[in-house]
Amino acid sequence: MRRITFMQAINEALAQEMERDPTVVVFGEDNAGGAGAPGEDDAWGGVMGVTKGLYHSFPGRVLDTPISESAFIGAAAGAACSGLRPVAELMFVDFMGVCFDQIFNQAAKFRYMFGGKARTPMVIRTMYGAGIRAAGQHSQSLYPIFTHIPGLKVAIPSSPYDAKGLMIQAIRDDDPVIFFENKVLYAVEGEVPEESYTVPFGEANFVREGDDVTIVAIGRMVSFAEQAAEELAGDGIECEILDPRTTSPLDEESIYESVENTGRLVVVDESNPRCSLASDIAALVAQNCFEDLKAAPKMVTAPHTPPPFSPTLEDAYVPDPERIAAAAREVVEGAGARA
Amino acid sequence: MTTVDTARLREPSKEELLESYRVMRTIREFEDRLHVEFATGEIPGFVHLYAGEEAIAAGVCAHLNEDDYIASTHRGHGHCIAKGCDVKAMMKEIYGKKDGLCHGKGGSMHIADLDKGMLGANGIVGGGPPLVCGVGLSAKVRGTKQVGVAFTGDGGSNQGTFLESLNLAAVWNLPCVFVVENNGYAESTSTNFSTRGIDIAKRADGFGMPGVVVDGHDFFAVYEAAGEAIRRAREGGGPSLIECKVNRYYGHFEGDAQTYRAPNEVENIRRERDCLDMFARRVTDAGLIERSELEQIDEEVRALIDEAVEEAKAAPEPGQADLLSDVYVSY
Repeated sequence: MRRITFMQAINEALAQEMERDPTVVVFGEDNAGGAGAPGEDDAWGGVMGVTKGLYHSFPGRVLDTPISESAFIGAAAGAACSGLRPVAELMFVDFMGVCFDQIFNQAAKFRYMFGGKARTPMVIRTMYGAGIRAAGQHSQSLYPIFTHIPGLKVAIPSSPYDAKGLMIQAIRDDDPVIFFENKVLYAVEGEVPEESYTVPFGEANFVREGDDVTIVAIGRMVSFAEQAAEELAGDGIECEILDPRTTSPLDEESIYESVENTGRLVVVDESNPRCSLASDIAALVAQNCFEDLKAAPKMVTAPHTPPPFSPTLEDAYVPDPERIAAAAREVVEGAGARA
Repeated sequence: MTTVDTARLREPSKEELLESYRVMRTIREFEDRLHVEFATGEIPGFVHLYAGEEAIAAGVCAHLNEDDYIASTHRGHGHCIAKGCDVKAMMKEIYGKKDGLCHGKGGSMHIADLDKGMLGANGIVGGGPPLVCGVGLSAKVRGTKQVGVAFTGDGGSNQGTFLESLNLAAVWNLPCVFVVENNGYAESTSTNFSTRGIDIAKRADGFGMPGVVVDGHDFFAVYEAAGEAIRRAREGGGPSLIECKVNRYYGHFEGDAQTYRAPNEVENIRRERDCLDMFARRVTDAGLIERSELEQIDEEVRALIDEAVEEAKAAPEPGQADLLSDVYVSY
């Protein structure tokens, strides 16, 4: 099958949905890149180039914005309530700090507060994750905060295939969706069908099957878990890897099904550990699969610190395959394990 | 006070004047009655009353169609009524009842009806203007002639969302109108303290859009300014800012003793600048409408509000299942 990058997959999803549905619009800082400037008029396509090329294909529907996240994220909510399906880009999720009200007090709450009358079909595309030496304000993995909010859906693709399918689903979805793109994954290649398709929300992907330990990982952490599983397989430890793909809704049933089989759980989460995806899933499993557990669940996360700048420190900050393998080994063989 | 191009505006017809009077009287009666009922302790939460400011909601919304949109504030009952929301369903909502406009899940501060183009009262000061930019973008992209109006207060005009929205609406040339209801107080804090500059309307200059100050007690002044701004927006001429100088009759919320206000401040305004009295005087003096016609509306509105309160009190509470419904369209 054809191979394209994670970034190309998102671009293709946007292009195909814009082609199919004239109410889909795309806007954000530099989304065309160059509006009003004397040079090229589609210079950037977003700071990383994800929307490059759309500006000329869809006149009037790809818009640069001022650096005013509150206004244009709120505009996405208002547009969604009045006939459009906007895809707004919040360049780095760290910038939620300047516009969060429009997301969690406005868009997320319309349907409930307005007695079921509102539909807010908007997507916020946003970059997350450490790994490019961008330090504390451009490297966080803040999806647990959005997952916490009723009314929002949260998608976190780990592969080009899922990136395209989840994005098309997100655009067609009638609820507000926060779409997390790990910036380190943009250049990753994978098999992606040329035709349009959706990946449903709330359905975990069984990335690898195994009977000894369940590893739940998301986003960039999925490939790290796969590397760890390869290593462990050499030692006779078979890992089952689940990628929830969306954290809201969360496919709890698939996680429980896997843990019932393996009796052991490692959750890998690039976010900080407190009130994280890892702590959430560990708590759900402890509550719902206690009888099946042969060892206490283990969390592999970033530490309770901001993301550091120094490459040495940042490399130590992000969970890696070695830490994942060590955690899996410990739940299978270590002191925490029960026979 | 205004610099409105009146040459391009038409006078309201008698029917339109009667309708605007009915809107203002309905708001007044609704709010006066809530003032009384809230004191009994039967209404949950808290309410912010619009009495005194009726001419603004009525004067602006008189120019709007059902498919135009407005975003409102925590003081939103008047905007709801002026945009055509069902008064009885509103009352039930304020009482937290199942058949309320939002099924008892929004209450006074989040009362909304998207079918009427009412994007919600808003518990967040400055929450509405960005939403109205979205409405404007939607109208522009879909090629409709719809307009979005954001009401905000003098307090809200100091939020970044308001200033960001003025700029965004200007650079995207959106069919939006921003209406600042400057009632002199952000909660208890005087505009004299919280806001510097000549007029809030002057901020429009900084964003390259027209800005006017009007007397918010004068229906006709608001009607003219809003008519011009909404016409401009509809015709693709971009956004405008209207500052309405006005006074509120009650406190920030019900139960506010208003000790920050001058002695007789409200009484003087009620006596000299009441929007309903001013309207009635003007239309009867000009021989446009008979006093008896207004009195008939007064009577009908009183009966409507009586019924609304009675029915709201007797209406069923939400069921336990309602707690969990309508978080998502699908999940």
